[in-house]
Parts: sequence; structure tokens; C-alpha cells
Amino acid sequence: MTDKSMTIIATKGTLDWAYPPFILSSTAAALGYNVTMFFTFYGLQLLKKDLSLSVSPLGNPGMPMPMSMDKWFPVLGTAIPGMQAMMTGMMKNTIKSKGVASVAELRDLCIEADVKMIGCQMTIDLFDLNPKDLIDEIDLGGAATYLDHAGGSDINLFI
Amino acid sequence: MSETDQELDARGLNCPLPILRAKKTLNGMSAGELLKIIATDPGSVKDFQAFATQTGNELMSSSEENGEFHFLLKKGG
Repeated sequence: MTDKSMTIIATKGTLDWAYPPFILSSTAAALGYNVTMFFTFYGLQLLKKDLSLSVSPLGNPGMPMPMSMDKWFPVLGTAIPGMQAMMTGMMKNTIKSKGVASVAELRDLCIEADVKMIGCQMTIDLFDLNPKDLIDEIDLGGAATYLDHAGGSDINLFI
Repeated sequence: MSETDQELDARGLNCPLPILRAKKTLNGMSAGELLKIIATDPGSVKDFQAFATQTGNELMSSSEENGEFHFLLKKGG
């Protein structure tokens, strides 16, 4: 077994960007890595007990649109009210139909595999977030806490 | 065909679930026992090789049959 370690700073709070940190962390844990995740700024959305993540086509030309929608809704069309909710619904259906795990499922697998999760205290203060809205399995800390883990780690990623 | 101790049906599951389910199943097995996995995710071919290299579980065989991927893992000591 490996005795390697990995840390990830998760900074994004959208449905699509929730995947890379949780996929890498759960897989690394399965490979025997010690994993630490540090959630800061919008990344804290990924720690909410009640996950309500969305994906937005706005300002994201790389996002494949179903049914050639990008032809009918160029750039400005992606700003139409309701578009974000519609794209989020479509994305969730696609995720399910392709056998991709839900974000909540991947997060549970990380917790089960003893992935250490740290929420950024400064962000909580900055955005007046209530720590009670976050899952219980986390610790709160700051940059020094993160660096304490990252300093001796083999892989450190910023996502 | 080797005899297997456990079988895991990972059909329809996508990255990283086949690996995670395999790991979970291996946790409940003893060293030297064989786990057969059937998956449909084409990415799992490379992923199970990498899983084996990094975890000390031996990938005894990896093959494709009728569009499905069959793996045989031997649990490491």
C-alpha cells in the first residue's frame, strides 16, 4: 500500500466543478492516500448539508448544449431567466443516465474513506455563513492549518 | 478461467465508481482471494491497471468480452 498523501483546495461552488475535487479525493483514498480537502470561498457550498448546486451556461462557451441549443441561444441567450435552472436539470439527468455518481454520493464516499475536510473559517465569517448548515464531519481552519497538511504532502492541487 | 471468490457487477457505473466499489469489496476479502469485476466504462481498463500498481493488488487478467470489460484482481497481502 502507498503511504502517499494529497491535498486539494476546492474553491468552486457549481455542480460541474464539484466533481473534480470529490472524484480525485475519493479515488486517492481508495488507493491508500491520506487526503485532505480545504474548502474556501465558493467551495464551501460543497459542504452544505443541503446541497443545492447549479451549473450555468453563462460565460461558459465550453459547455456542450443539448439539442444544438447553442445555435439558437448564442451568448446572450444563456442569460435568459430560467436558463440556469433548465441547464442544471438537464445536467443532473445526464449525470444520472450516464452512471456518474451524484455529488452527495461522492462526498459520502470521501467521508467514509476518512478524507479530512477543512472549511475555511475566514470565508464563513466573510459571507456570514452558519457553520450549522455545513456537514458535521468537517473541521474549521485557516491557511496555516491547510499548509500544515500541504507541507508534507506529495500532491497539492488547487481546483 | 480461474475460480473467483467474489464477483462485482460494475456495469453502467462511470469513473470513479468501479474503482471505489472494487476497493470496498476487496476490503472484505482475505489476501490471495480473487475478485472478478465486470464493467462497461472504457476508462476502467487503464484505471484498474493503475489501481493495481498503486495498491499492491495484482491484476491477473483484463479482457474485453462483448463490449464489457472483465478484470480479475488478486488481493495483496
